[in-house]
Amino acid sequence: MASNRISRRDFVKVTTAALGSIMTVAMGIPVIGYLIDPALKTESGEAWIPLGPLENFPIGTPTAFSFTRSNINGWEKTVNSYGGFVIRESDTDLVVLSSVCTHLGCTVYWLEDKQQYECPCHGAHFTAEGEVIDGPPPRPLDEFEYRIEGDALSILFKKG
Amino acid sequence: MWKKIYIWLDERLGFDDMYKMLLDRPEPHGNWWNTLGSASLFLFIMQGVTGIFLTVYYTPSPDHAYDSVQYIMNGVAFGWLIRGIHHWGATLMVLVVFIHMLRVFFSASYKYPRELTWMVGSLLFLLTLGMGFTGYLLPFNQRAYWATVVGTNIGGVVPGVGPFILKALRGGTDVSALTLSRFFSIHIWMLPATLAGSIGLHLYLIMRHGESAHPTLDD
Repeated sequence: MASNRISRRDFVKVTTAALGSIMTVAMGIPVIGYLIDPALKTESGEAWIPLGPLENFPIGTPTAFSFTRSNINGWEKTVNSYGGFVIRESDTDLVVLSSVCTHLGCTVYWLEDKQQYECPCHGAHFTAEGEVIDGPPPRPLDEFEYRIEGDALSILFKKG
Repeated sequence: MWKKIYIWLDERLGFDDMYKMLLDRPEPHGNWWNTLGSASLFLFIMQGVTGIFLTVYYTPSPDHAYDSVQYIMNGVAFGWLIRGIHHWGATLMVLVVFIHMLRVFFSASYKYPRELTWMVGSLLFLLTLGMGFTGYLLPFNQRAYWATVVGTNIGGVVPGVGPFILKALRGGTDVSALTLSRFFSIHIWMLPATLAGSIGLHLYLIMRHGESAHPTLDD
């Protein structure tokens, strides 16, 4: 066989391998993109939630509030409830606490007689400002960022 | 290095023998019509692969089937491509398998000793139609729903056992959630398993008897 001529068999082998590789890559990249697509999506989780006029929250005692956020995962829409307490110390000075216990995520409630929050799951107690009194929680209750525009109070909701 | 690994594996697995047995067979002088069987096999594998990927996002329930298909088409990267290949591959597979069957019929390749290959092949054609019928319901849009109502009604007019067939196909008297989930099960488990086994037998028979030569004018 002439030295620089390629045999029919080798030509077929090389062509098959080349076309096969091109097809594999052409299909492989979309398939990988398809599979990891949910991991590449970013969710914009931040939103300002209006809580209404300030006079709804009397000075001195923690006042509960709640709101819902809808969440779309793929083709499924779920609605989650969130809540917390507004503790107004003066006209403009206030603390907005989340009612999610920092231990395992149960919802704490305000005990008027003891002036404490209590968690129903493991009996932890927090002060009106959210500091841990006793029980397993590792840190104080989380605070929401807030802003006051005129008379209206809003809090910054961050997902996650 | 690679040569050594290859030799080590070959001594144990027998690539070379396998290659000689499976692929290095004498073939009669054929033409493009002889490639339709391989084309059918390729389409079957492609449908299997794209189908497996579709199940990552698809949900076989009346509440979610339509939405999940819409999500695959509009929400997932390359979802339109994967579903598009599965959709058009399905139509193409029915077509190619049928033309393959016509070729075997017109070239009289079904004759002795290949009758069994022909019978298994006929079963493969019916299974392919079954895949088309059950897969058609899964997007759960209006067309899918009514096609299944009409299609199962056809089974319902068989004398005597018609009502039984209708209820067995639908999983009840109506096209419902049960119909969707059983069609899904049939489409992704039962028919593919039967198809894969029958294809194995079909290929074994082809290797055993070799391909038939095209009849000449003298035959």
